[in-house]
Amino acid sequence: MEHLTIDIAHVLAGALVLTSFMLLYQDRLSGLINIYTLHAVILSMSVAWQAYYQDAPHLYVTAAIAAIFKALIIPFSLRRIIERLGVHRTVEVVGGVGITMLIGIFLVALSLVVMLPATASADPLAREDIAFALAIVLLGLLMMVTRRNAVSQIIGFMSLENGLILAAAGAKGMPLVVEISVAFSILIAFIVIGIFLFRIRERFDNVDLFELDRARGERP
Amino acid sequence: MPLYLALTCISALLAVGVYAIVDRRNPDISRNVYRLCIALCSILFLAAAMPRGANVLSTTLPFGLPWLGMHFRIDVLSAFFLAVVNLGGAAASAYAIGYGAHEKEPMRVLPFYPAFLAGMNMVVLADDAFSFLVAWEFMSLASWALVLTHHHDAENRRAGFVYLLMASFGGFALLMAFGVLGGIEGAYDFASIRESTKEGWKTGLVLALALVGMGSKAGLAPLHIWLPLAHPAAPSHVSALMSGVMTKVAIYGFIRVVFDLLGPPAFWWSIEPLTFGAASALIGVLFATIQSDLKKLLAYSTIENIGVIFIALGLALAFKANGLALPAALAFTAALFHVFNHSLFKSLLFFGAGAVLGGSGERNIERLGGLIHSMPKTAFLFLGGCVAISALPPLNGFVSEWMVFQAILLSPSLPQWTVKLLVPAVGVALALSAALGAGCYIRAYGVAFLGRPRSDSARTAKDPDRWSIGAMAALLTLCLLAGLLPSLVIDTISPAARDFVGGRMPTQAELSWLSIAPVAESRSSYNGLLVFIFILFSAYSARWVIHKFGSTRSRRAPAWDCGYIETSPTTQYTGSSFAQPIRRTLGVIAFSVKERLDMPAPGDIRAARLNVEIKDRIFDYLYAPLTRAVETCASSLNILSLLTIQEYLALVFAALVFLLVLVAI
Amino acid sequence: MTFLFDLVAQGAQMLLALALSPLLIGLIRKLKARLLRRKGPPIIQPWRDLIRLLRKEVVLADNASWLYRSAPYLIFAMTWVAASLVPTFATGLMFSWSADLIAIIALLGSARFFLALAGMDIGTSFGGIGSSREAMFGSLAEPATIMIVFTVSFVAGTTQLSEIAAYMAGNLELRASVGMALVGLLIVAIAENGRVPVDNPATHLELTMVHEAMVLEYSGRYLALIELASALKLLLYVSLIACVFFPVGLARHDARLEAMAIGLGAYLLKLAIGGFLLALFETSTAKMRVFRVPDFLGAGLMLGLLATLLVFVTRSL
Repeated sequence: MEHLTIDIAHVLAGALVLTSFMLLYQDRLSGLINIYTLHAVILSMSVAWQAYYQDAPHLYVTAAIAAIFKALIIPFSLRRIIERLGVHRTVEVVGGVGITMLIGIFLVALSLVVMLPATASADPLAREDIAFALAIVLLGLLMMVTRRNAVSQIIGFMSLENGLILAAAGAKGMPLVVEISVAFSILIAFIVIGIFLFRIRERFDNVDLFELDRARGERP
Repeated sequence: MPLYLALTCISALLAVGVYAIVDRRNPDISRNVYRLCIALCSILFLAAAMPRGANVLSTTLPFGLPWLGMHFRIDVLSAFFLAVVNLGGAAASAYAIGYGAHEKEPMRVLPFYPAFLAGMNMVVLADDAFSFLVAWEFMSLASWALVLTHHHDAENRRAGFVYLLMASFGGFALLMAFGVLGGIEGAYDFASIRESTKEGWKTGLVLALALVGMGSKAGLAPLHIWLPLAHPAAPSHVSALMSGVMTKVAIYGFIRVVFDLLGPPAFWWSIEPLTFGAASALIGVLFATIQSDLKKLLAYSTIENIGVIFIALGLALAFKANGLALPAALAFTAALFHVFNHSLFKSLLFFGAGAVLGGSGERNIERLGGLIHSMPKTAFLFLGGCVAISALPPLNGFVSEWMVFQAILLSPSLPQWTVKLLVPAVGVALALSAALGAGCYIRAYGVAFLGRPRSDSARTAKDPDRWSIGAMAALLTLCLLAGLLPSLVIDTISPAARDFVGGRMPTQAELSWLSIAPVAESRSSYNGLLVFIFILFSAYSARWVIHKFGSTRSRRAPAWDCGYIETSPTTQYTGSSFAQPIRRTLGVIAFSVKERLDMPAPGDIRAARLNVEIKDRIFDYLYAPLTRAVETCASSLNILSLLTIQEYLALVFAALVFLLVLVAI
Repeated sequence: MTFLFDLVAQGAQMLLALALSPLLIGLIRKLKARLLRRKGPPIIQPWRDLIRLLRKEVVLADNASWLYRSAPYLIFAMTWVAASLVPTFATGLMFSWSADLIAIIALLGSARFFLALAGMDIGTSFGGIGSSREAMFGSLAEPATIMIVFTVSFVAGTTQLSEIAAYMAGNLELRASVGMALVGLLIVAIAENGRVPVDNPATHLELTMVHEAMVLEYSGRYLALIELASALKLLLYVSLIACVFFPVGLARHDARLEAMAIGLGAYLLKLAIGGFLLALFETSTAKMRVFRVPDFLGAGLMLGLLATLLVFVTRSL
């Protein structure tokens, strides 16, 4: 039974990394939101399983917050935003998918090489979760670096935060107040970014970063 | 005894070179020289195969530096490489007896060819830094002279220049490496180098220098740019020797320095051979897939196989550094097996390319086609070479690549995380290069030998003479035997592993049915002979069933082609059309590919034009800036030739004062 | 006596693979037709087609060479040998140790080599299209397969198929790496066998064909051999997935006859389920553009790489 518990946590963490890769590959905005929803669902399942394994009831609350906020409210509002912006049918130019994927694999390997020896004395489940969490954070950063559309950058940022939550859940004893404050600040940031996007869109008729650079004169 | 025999034969080879100059008016000089080379190479091969009383024989000759002499030594590794070198040499000389008749200026080849063979043999036997370097430079210079055989062509002149540059650079790196190894006292003979203690930074420096020096001769990326220029420029039998044998001599040098002279390895030594080997494998095969010149294609394919050998050597280093003797022995034996295999099939392929060149006058596959009808024997032998080099069972290329994969599968036992994760990544690169290699040779064979002839020279081509065919057939037979009876080859090679990595593979001859099981029988095993028999049995039983129950009639008709009647052979697939999918998907990463289509508007009757521009990134980012930097430095130093007398005196005075200050400090 | 029994068992597996492969193709066609509300041809139709082809005269192009005439035999022989080495109803058969998983994949690569050469032999543009695309797909599918082989061998500790099947049967557990390897192998299997969405086996004479373009000029007994070889390849992949990832009911080679019968029944059931799932998948997807296939295969390669990394993680914990 012990083995099955670890196996299921293993599968969930691996699925989360796989979903981060799918985010890198996806070039349709509506598809991106769907995959982000999946990311959030797997995260809440993973945190809930951690709660069961560690016998820590406050993690159930974390899982519930993740499910409600990240899997329901945020995707819903993002969908509303992009429909009002009119960009919901965009197919983004994701240059060099092959290279991005290879860099992604390299980042996962790097997180493993860095994290696993460093946590040699900890519980195996926690070690694995922390190593994968670092990988998810790096993949979220990679997504933010390789994307041009502001909405995709937001989603990359949110997937990064998901990775942080996974790490915090894996390390035993994360108090709930940290989680609430982190989630709250993300929500505020999200609202502010949403407002800015509308202003930018009003001004420049475009939310593509390359076009914005052109408008500023930074690019011919 | 074998050592003295070998040294005598080497001197005899040098004498043959001199004889070629002396007797140059003789109309039969070409055949005589090559016959003598065959004889001497065969004797050297026997000397290598002879059982030695003691395992290691050495001797010192009173030539060379007065306080050093020239040391020569033959041990298991030298014997193996001596055998490989002379097998290739004998085959090339046999081929050249027929091919040499095509040569318009034989005197540009004949004196240097035996010297080249002598130089390669001497490198393998050298036991001190001086004789090693002398033999190495001698080998480079002789092959340089051979590259410049057809010097009327500007391409060949450029090839010679680049080759000379890279060879000097490599030789300089080796000089520094041996200098560091010899130390301040100058103890250059290998025996004392083995004894000396080496600090950590010294070993890193020597490893890097050895990698540069040997790697540039072997064709390791990014020092490979001279290979596709120089190897095709030489006559075909010399190209075969350069690709198939000289690169192996460079590998011998690397093994000697890194596995023997440098002492016990550290695990990070393996990172460089692994990464550069993987890079060479991928770069070599990707460039090979887009070449239209048959010989350039084969040269790039050599780069790929050298990459594979370095991958195996890197694996052996990683395992040896961690004290894992059995996996290290497996990787080392796999590397040596691939050395043997590659010398066989690369020579075979270059002989085939030479036969095509001699028979049709063309090297460009886009002007060939249908050679399987006009040159049937060459086509069959070349096909065998293609199957062997694409690592397909049941021939020998598959066995060595299989062994490298088995070594890669043992990587979880490595404790360090960097190598533990690097090795599977290298495994992917290896698998990708093997698959791309098969695609490359499908293209080369399909466009050049199959289909319909694209030019008159292809239609009127003829098979070469029986010496050439005989040499190729002998090599193909050896490929088949090595593929069907790999246990014999492994058992001959594995004693070398014991001296160099501390362990050896279990004796394969004890296993039933002549199969090989590198680690343990339950873990993995392969039986080439059984697979071959199975294939023949299945094919023949299918044929029997069909002839008994089905129809055996057949008739000839024009090609169906969906009902289109095609008359012109230009409508069939060309080499660049075949490579287009690979170029589009993988080419963007490896080389910057730009395709420009110039399509005339409807009504305009001029031809459409497709421009494909391919740039070698390594050349642009590494060599071009270096060349520019050297040129800038040189032109800024040009003012030194325009100084007045007083300024010259001032320079001399300043130099003198500087040296005195150095002495004072 | 056991030697004779072993020999008979091995021979039975060879003949079983040969007999069942066209039936598998027939089953898939029938199921696809049913899913499209058609009646569909009888399951035994592929065998009828093969026998009809065998009896017909071969029409050869004027410039067909000896390679063209001997390639079908070589392709068939190599594929049949590879298919006989994959455990179907029993593991550890007499000659199963003569080639491990890597050698089986390489044998399929040999068959592909000769098929591509045969496509280029006549010198028409259709053959060239097929061969060049097959070369590209092969060069991407092989590294993905090797990565999957790595994953499975790291887990099971061997590359010998019978040992892998025995290990997997004995240690049934849920592993993310094995799951990813399964999805990767499914992607590779679809690409290698030329099923939708990579290639459409049901129609001929389209410019996007890969396998059908290479064999366009073949007729009569040659075509029969090549069709049989591609059926055997599909059977090989289904058996491979079944024996590595779902090794339930496999008998050992020295078991009694009843265990072998159970193994045979389990195998037939797995074939039927595999055929049904393939038919379902093919009817619900469209064929993708040729230049999207590298992305598809690249996904398989990424899954293989991730799976290998995951295995390393769990092993070192």
